[in-house]
Amino acid sequence: MDLQDVQSWLNDVLREASVQFHKVPGSAIFLRYVKSSYQNDPVRSAVELFLVLFAIRYLAAPAYSTQKKSYVTLSEEACHLSSGIDVLLTSLKEVDELVDEWTPEPLVAPQTTFEEAENEKRPVIVGPTGPKSKLSNGRTVANLASYNFYNLVSNETLKEKAIQVLRTYGVGPCSPPGFYGTQDVHIKTEADIAAHLGTPACIVYAQAFSTISSVISAFSKRGDIIVADRAVNYAIRKGIQISRSTIRWYEHNDLQDLQRVLERVVTEQAKKPLTRRFIITEGLFENVGDMIDLPKIIAFGRQYKFRLILDETWSFGVLGRTGRGITEHQNVDAAEVDMIVGSLAGPLCAGGGFCAGSDSIVEHQRISASAYTFSAALPAMLATTASEILSMLQTSPEMLTTTRENIKTMWAQLDPRSDWVHCTSSADNPIMILAFKSDLIASKKLGVADQEQLFQEVVDETLANGVLITRLKSMPRAINATSKDVGWELQPALKVCVTSGLSKKEIERAGITIRHAITKIVNKRR
Amino acid sequence: MSRRLMNPFGSTSPSSTTTTTSTMYNEKYELPRRASSPRVKKFPNFFTTSPKSKSETQTATAALLAAAQQQAFVNSPSQQISSPSLSLPTISLSTARADSANMDEPPTTLFQPPSPAEARRIARQHAQFGPLGHHTHRYTSRHHGGDFPEPVMDEPPYYYLLTTYISYLILIIFGHVRDFFGKRFHKEDYRHLQATDGYAALNNGFDDFYVRRLKMRLNDCFARPVTGVPGRYITLIDRQSDDHNLHFKHTGTTTETLNMSSYNYLGFAQSEGPCADQVEENVKRYGLSLASTRADVGTSDLHVEVEDLIARFVGKPSAMVFSMGFGTNATAFPALIGKGCLIISDELNHASIRFGARLSGATITMFKHNDTRDLERLLREVISQGQPRTHRPWKRILVVVEGLYSMEGTMCNLPGLVSLKKKYKFNLFVDEAHSIGALGPKGRGVCDYFNIDPSEVDILMGTLTKSFGANGGYVAGDRAIIDKLRLTNAGSIYGESPAPAVLAQISAALRIISGDFVPGQGEERLQRLAFNSRYLRLGLKRLGFIVSGHDDSPIIPVLLYNPAKMPAFSHEMLKRKISVVVVGYPATPLVASRARFCVSAAHTKDDLDRLLEACDEIGNVLQIKFSSGIAGGAEPLPEGITPEMEKDWRRTEKGGPHGELAYQPPRWKLDEVLKRGAQDVKSPLR
Repeated sequence: MDLQDVQSWLNDVLREASVQFHKVPGSAIFLRYVKSSYQNDPVRSAVELFLVLFAIRYLAAPAYSTQKKSYVTLSEEACHLSSGIDVLLTSLKEVDELVDEWTPEPLVAPQTTFEEAENEKRPVIVGPTGPKSKLSNGRTVANLASYNFYNLVSNETLKEKAIQVLRTYGVGPCSPPGFYGTQDVHIKTEADIAAHLGTPACIVYAQAFSTISSVISAFSKRGDIIVADRAVNYAIRKGIQISRSTIRWYEHNDLQDLQRVLERVVTEQAKKPLTRRFIITEGLFENVGDMIDLPKIIAFGRQYKFRLILDETWSFGVLGRTGRGITEHQNVDAAEVDMIVGSLAGPLCAGGGFCAGSDSIVEHQRISASAYTFSAALPAMLATTASEILSMLQTSPEMLTTTRENIKTMWAQLDPRSDWVHCTSSADNPIMILAFKSDLIASKKLGVADQEQLFQEVVDETLANGVLITRLKSMPRAINATSKDVGWELQPALKVCVTSGLSKKEIERAGITIRHAITKIVNKRR
Repeated sequence: MSRRLMNPFGSTSPSSTTTTTSTMYNEKYELPRRASSPRVKKFPNFFTTSPKSKSETQTATAALLAAAQQQAFVNSPSQQISSPSLSLPTISLSTARADSANMDEPPTTLFQPPSPAEARRIARQHAQFGPLGHHTHRYTSRHHGGDFPEPVMDEPPYYYLLTTYISYLILIIFGHVRDFFGKRFHKEDYRHLQATDGYAALNNGFDDFYVRRLKMRLNDCFARPVTGVPGRYITLIDRQSDDHNLHFKHTGTTTETLNMSSYNYLGFAQSEGPCADQVEENVKRYGLSLASTRADVGTSDLHVEVEDLIARFVGKPSAMVFSMGFGTNATAFPALIGKGCLIISDELNHASIRFGARLSGATITMFKHNDTRDLERLLREVISQGQPRTHRPWKRILVVVEGLYSMEGTMCNLPGLVSLKKKYKFNLFVDEAHSIGALGPKGRGVCDYFNIDPSEVDILMGTLTKSFGANGGYVAGDRAIIDKLRLTNAGSIYGESPAPAVLAQISAALRIISGDFVPGQGEERLQRLAFNSRYLRLGLKRLGFIVSGHDDSPIIPVLLYNPAKMPAFSHEMLKRKISVVVVGYPATPLVASRARFCVSAAHTKDDLDRLLEACDEIGNVLQIKFSSGIAGGAEPLPEGITPEMEKDWRRTEKGGPHGELAYQPPRWKLDEVLKRGAQDVKSPLR
């Protein structure tokens, strides 16, 4: 009897449950699904049930990090799990002790004596920078250290124009270009540069040094491949670093090695999905001063399907009949180079940098180049000055010729006349990089630091004789970097910047002074 | 009350000592009798007391005022009368009305009504820097002690969040559909996204999707070309697009709009006035460039002077300048920190900080925006755990925060950070890109605002682009640090040296702010900025907008949420001749699209009223007034209830069953907002 009661009760409950279940919206669909999936095979239903349960468990599981962390279990988190207030307290104490114990290193390392001397001796120019500059110690010296190749810094016409712009635009644009910082003068300067170079478009950055790093990282991403010259400047190196791309170096200005590297990349990547590939090099090298063979590099780029990013920071405004850079010098159409990056602050004596290329390349940078997007625009005065200087280069290219004459004069005094140094720069480069001859380095066993020290003494000596030059500054090794992290190290050298502001006589005299200073310092060292 | 002729540019005048301690007045109103306290020291008590006590503090010493006033009149950046009529300083003591400032002058004066040319010049001047409307439109930006509260962040009804997600979903679906058909029927438009001729596509179609299909729709709100000075007004070059923002063509006309977009906090973007004069003089003297890097021969006496001024201004022993703000951060970190070190960065830090931090090679972690508790938890963890894997102790830990966050309008909790620093011995780097000049009673940034000794912060970095209307950045710190940085910082070794014109602007602006040059003008700029910031923020809250950030921040983001409201808001504002910045994903979280107003000292209260009116109209049309009241903008308290009693009153009078505070959504009438705003900003905002 009891059993019957239970049975009828069970039936009631089941009926009630099924009625309720049918009332639930969507239950019919569910039932139909179960029926159709059952197909007289309980295994199928079991598998499905298992899948449903697994999905529920998966969704309900707490989120976990895929990064495995190797914790030493003394942190508070671990203690919250363990019960007992004593454990918590001891562990808190342990962390407190560790915090008390931790003594950080000072924020910067103390200066070395060499650095101290450098800081102290840094020349301070009083008044305008010109071919003859007055220093804070009251002496007027021949300035062969500024990039004032055409003596345009204190050009009165340029000053007048700049002041007019000041009276219309003020100084700073107070905004990044994306938010009301793009002024008509920037648009004009961009158009002027593009027209001067012969590229479809151009984009102007607020600082020359930051330009190339941003250009590289705007295009080259993780997984892309960059083939670069070993001697490229610091800004390019940093651009490559921040782009996180795969980097392959080739020996400095060695086209055979470049071809070998390109070939290797192509064979290595043959089976992999196609990624962006770039060759990055400089027109005139900042650290060595020599020139590339652009037509060959372009041909290699074509052959192996690499795009070319060319840093013309030191060649734009310098090479070519009207200062269009290495493309004009070597008779290459600038549009053949995918991206030309240049400076408006060096030879052009204004401010800012630029990248010229096709429309799509330029437009892409306007939203994805960090130094453009996240920085205020270039002051209007500097943009218009750059435009003015470009038109001066076009209308009176003879100013380039004067400088080139002076370069020849200076070469005649230093290389091959000096027994100790040779000039690694190209013959058209107004920045003459003078490095010690290798036999001298070998015979006197000069390390990098020794050479830097010697050149610093040469700089001091020439300054004492009324000529201001400088030495090639190398970037100090990154903080806590191991010897493994250090790549190519530049050879210490003197840097002499020739200007058209000095007469031939004055250049000659300066050249003699430099040569004698080198001889004196080298001879002094046993 | 001697009538004196003053040299507006003379920095040493007999009354300059009094001016620094007294409030400045504009000549247009009969001010002295109604003036608030002339002593700056009294400001804090004055603002914390109830408005009723105002009359008591109004007893100012007339003699002091007269002297101060003459100077103030001469030095005011918003001076009404141009230099030929500067011989009328006492005019401010007369009963002249605003529009007829010189009516009852004795006939002995040289006054003549301005010629048309002169009138144009004045109009131009005022388009760059508006005249102070009323002497009460000033405030001092300062933290009044106690805990620094996090701003209450209001949330819109869920309906808006839901529609925001749906909007993005629709946009993304439409984008993909268009891509699908476009790739088949307009192959040439997609060529740049596909590998051609053996070259991989320069832009990844996936990365590019957002730009092509979402940002393109509102491209006409970005990068609008401008001309002239980005001062109080900014002149836009009109443009139009026939192909849905793919290309723009300039129509050849311009529109003068109210500038709520430039980071011109102190209004130094001017083509006239003492700053521009200094720049002109220096360009004539120094030329246009140094044509060298700082490490070579790019240091002139002007650089030394400016570095000195900056160091003194921020209160650090030494400073160095760079030619670009972004570059300053990008190069400062690798010179400070490296392998084996840890950078703890606020999650909302600027891209330049990320760029520099990544270059440095140090390990980087982030903590929740402005959350000192999260920072402390993280510090305990990283110090006790040491470096990953090796568990060796960190060589140093650098905590990096910004003084004022440009997208949020929030300030860093400096007091909290400094007390943590004492306990955990990390180094503190504060990026004052937006806060320098814009915060603090003397405009010296967050340290000044919180009255914290700058020596508590290791490195103070900032830009010179914003408040000073110049360009570039600086890093300030102890002498040993800066001397070392000069030699190890890529920005000084390879970066171009700042141009003389830029340095002259910085130098003039700094000396004006600190009162050494044209005394009184700097103070007026600082106080007007502080007033304007609070006034606009309070007004927007009362109208019912959700506004992000701290009360004294000159960056005022108004949240819009729905993506389509960004272009709508921008267009509506442009119709009313106001230029605003709208920002959305990825600069903000996906849902939190916003419009951002940057207040300037160059704005007058009338400008802000015009903006509020426009916001009111647009807010109704676009339905973006959805604040719930918890974040402020509440109706005035009834008689007899003081602000201290407010909490209890809310609980008892209107509270819900569980004792929670009841808030009513603030939806003030516009004229009420405009009427009460000016006086209410001086008490704590609520």
